[in-house]
Amino acid sequence: MALTGLEIYKLLPQTNCKDCNYPTCLAFAMKLAAKQADLADCPHVSEEAKTKLAEASAPPIRLLELKGSEGEFQVGNETVLFRHEKTFFNRCGVFLRLQDSLSADELKEKVAEADAYHVDYVGIDLYLDGFAIEAASGDPKTFGAAVAAVAEKTKRPLILLAATPDLAKAGIEALDETRPLLYAADADNWEAMAQVAKEAGLPLTVRAETLDELADLTGKIKEAGVEDLALDPSLSGYLDSLHKLTSLRRLALKENFRPLGYPVITFPGSTESVDAAILAAEQIAKYGGLIVLDEFDPSTLYALLVLRENIYTNPQKPIQVQPGLYEINDPDENSPLMVTTNFSITYFSVANEVEGTGRPAWLLVADAEGMSVLTAWAAGKFDAERIAKDVKTFNVADKVPHHKIIIPGHVAVISGELEEELPDWEIMVGPREAVDIASYLKSMWTT
Amino acid sequence: MAVEIPKEKWTAQVRKVTIGATSEEGGTRAKTLTVGGESALPFLHYEGSFPNKPALAVEIRDRKPDDWSPLLLDALGETAEDPAKWAQAAEAMGADLIYLVLSAATADGNPNTPENVRAVVRKVLDATGLPIAVVGPGQAEIDNELIVPAAEEADGERVLLGVCEEKNYRTIVAAALAHNHLVQSKTPMDVNLSKQLVILINDMGLPLERIMMDPTTGALGYGIEYGYSVMERLRLAALTGDKMTQQPMIVDPGAEAWKVKESKVGEGVPEAWGDWNRRALNWETLTATTLIHSGANIVILRHPENVARVRKVIDDLSSATT
Ligand code: B12
Ligand code: SF4
Repeated sequence: MALTGLEIYKLLPQTNCKDCNYPTCLAFAMKLAAKQADLADCPHVSEEAKTKLAEASAPPIRLLELKGSEGEFQVGNETVLFRHEKTFFNRCGVFLRLQDSLSADELKEKVAEADAYHVDYVGIDLYLDGFAIEAASGDPKTFGAAVAAVAEKTKRPLILLAATPDLAKAGIEALDETRPLLYAADADNWEAMAQVAKEAGLPLTVRAETLDELADLTGKIKEAGVEDLALDPSLSGYLDSLHKLTSLRRLALKENFRPLGYPVITFPGSTESVDAAILAAEQIAKYGGLIVLDEFDPSTLYALLVLRENIYTNPQKPIQVQPGLYEINDPDENSPLMVTTNFSITYFSVANEVEGTGRPAWLLVADAEGMSVLTAWAAGKFDAERIAKDVKTFNVADKVPHHKIIIPGHVAVISGELEEELPDWEIMVGPREAVDIASYLKSMWTT
Repeated sequence: MAVEIPKEKWTAQVRKVTIGATSEEGGTRAKTLTVGGESALPFLHYEGSFPNKPALAVEIRDRKPDDWSPLLLDALGETAEDPAKWAQAAEAMGADLIYLVLSAATADGNPNTPENVRAVVRKVLDATGLPIAVVGPGQAEIDNELIVPAAEEADGERVLLGVCEEKNYRTIVAAALAHNHLVQSKTPMDVNLSKQLVILINDMGLPLERIMMDPTTGALGYGIEYGYSVMERLRLAALTGDKMTQQPMIVDPGAEAWKVKESKVGEGVPEAWGDWNRRALNWETLTATTLIHSGANIVILRHPENVARVRKVIDDLSSATT
């Protein structure tokens, strides 16, 4: 939590010399607290005060940056407990875990498949953030070879699950020009692991059974010179995860408790008797930072990535597309014309469906301020007047001389008014759900 | 270092609501369902008490639905042909509440009738000892026409009747008052609208102990984030003492999740969507569990496997050992 003006004032020289161009030190302190002034403007502030102020203004959850040979990934810097208070900023990572007990060929095959995974959700490209390679063999050579094999097939960031200095070093040596996350330092090995992390300039995960132990360890490791950390609080299921991750988030945001102000790494597949998909989903909503899955299963991954998009969207601003007349499958003057709203979810449900029919069509995307069909209708942003206006704005009549327009079935009630607004047009009521557009066009549009 | 776990001090709690009446209470239910009563955010046992677990309602229909996903119809098999069998199957799945949705039309396309409704409600009450909910098809006039006979037939059973919406709650509330039932108060994802409708219903004389609040939700990928945040806000308001937000919440992830393409369609969809059946199951489950984390007291589900799947999560989250 940032310092108040008064707290900052106590750290200033309190001489009111005005060199900062403010009448008093207090006035300057107030501006600093409001982030409207720069500490550098006071030439007299002591080094000690500078460090204190810098520390206090650091984000409560430290940003963690990983780099692959091309991809980058950032997590941390969150500022709220509930997304409605502002927004969740840096999407938690979704990684896939692989063991070095697999042969190089097996690893390459798995990585290539998962690395190629892309899915489109309302125009947003979703994919895995990276891979975690586990030194299950316990042998540095095997591990190094496995890391090299993985790095050959993916440019995304990596996590090295290698809990001895030798293993970690072997992993690091197999990589160049990247910034993987090391995992993990615990009460037994922390000095050696911190040494490795420090030498390589890499971030390090700290693992302990309790938050007390975790806080002890991060303190020591920070003193040893490693500042970029992730936490593994050894979670054991849905409830333990909810309790510990909530506590960690609250400690960071409400108490500004530095020793635990780092992103959290979780392994939802590690607890027996737990449904990994459900636990991963919980951790997406409730404060996970890097989520490492054990299985590459598109039917789960797709759901989780969509959930993450939903939880991390800005609650103040719906995701939307540009209003306008869209062409699908290269339409001509005989192609059907449909109208929908510019809420991304709505637009893509319809556009994907129409595209899937393979038939050419026009799609008029009305300016409904980013709302769904019924929401916009209820809010008066998708009524006959609006649609008629957009028909004119986007010169629709010129492109579709047949003057027939298909409206969503959910707003069938506006067809009468729309007839009045567009007197020489034929208003057709489409199906309610986009899935039924194909069969509707088949039976109703016979040109 | 001893880390002190930050705890919130809440000043109020969620109201308790009991659905169903046993013979001592004037009904015929073998058991009743009580939800609500918690005094902290979901499952944070260390800062409040949670006398009742979130409950699972299973949706059944008065007749086999013609627009449900083939996956669901396959999983239900012939139980979907008969509401009595369906209710029993739901009980066997582990339902806490049977959520009976009436259709606007009968199978042959004619409007549903009060006689039909009475017969179905009777059948379901006879088939199961669980408490039940009965809601209309969601079209104001038809709802009123069908809910009144349902309320009469189930007189004294403390059925959850619905769905009360802003434009359409009077008849349903009157039926609840006349026959000792409860109501589901549904508003479109807005804290103030939720409160207002509860106030209006309460003003008609229905005690707050007989109102379940439905803040409306969307499916995963189709607006869940709005519902999720409204529920979190309602729950925060409830715990800080805003009286008219303290009703326990019921939401319908089953209907929402099974409406979307991800669960309805198996062919001609991107390969990246993965196996159809697993995807569809995930869609309903993750919608439900996410809403449970934002404060849902009852979630309505459709797929038998998911009832078991979500139950395990609730049980774990409700065990206050950690
Ligand atoms: C999310 C949501 C919101 C979000 C807004 C999200 C957004 N950006 O639009 C919020 C919380 C802000 C909101 C607010 C309101 N909402 Co609202 N909201 C919903 C909710 C839950 C989901 C809507 C959604 O996103 N659906 C998904 C999209 C993809 O659906 P869609 O746009 O309809 O598109 C589908 C079809 O229509 C079809 N389709 C689309 N275009 C076309 C075109 C053609 C040609 C065809 C054939 C088909 C087709 O394809 C799509 C997929 O099948 C619904 C209830 C529900 N569960 O459906 C209520 C709902 C739409 N909201 C409703 C209301 C009343 C409101 C408010 C007016 C409430 C209020 N007074 O505050 C406000 C209005 C907003 C404002 N004043 O700012 C009501 C509308 C009631 C009615 N029938 O009039 C609903 C139905 C809830 C209810 N049952 O009462 N809402
Ligand atoms: S320059 Fe520094 S010491 Fe001088 S008035 Fe400003 S804050 Fe105070």
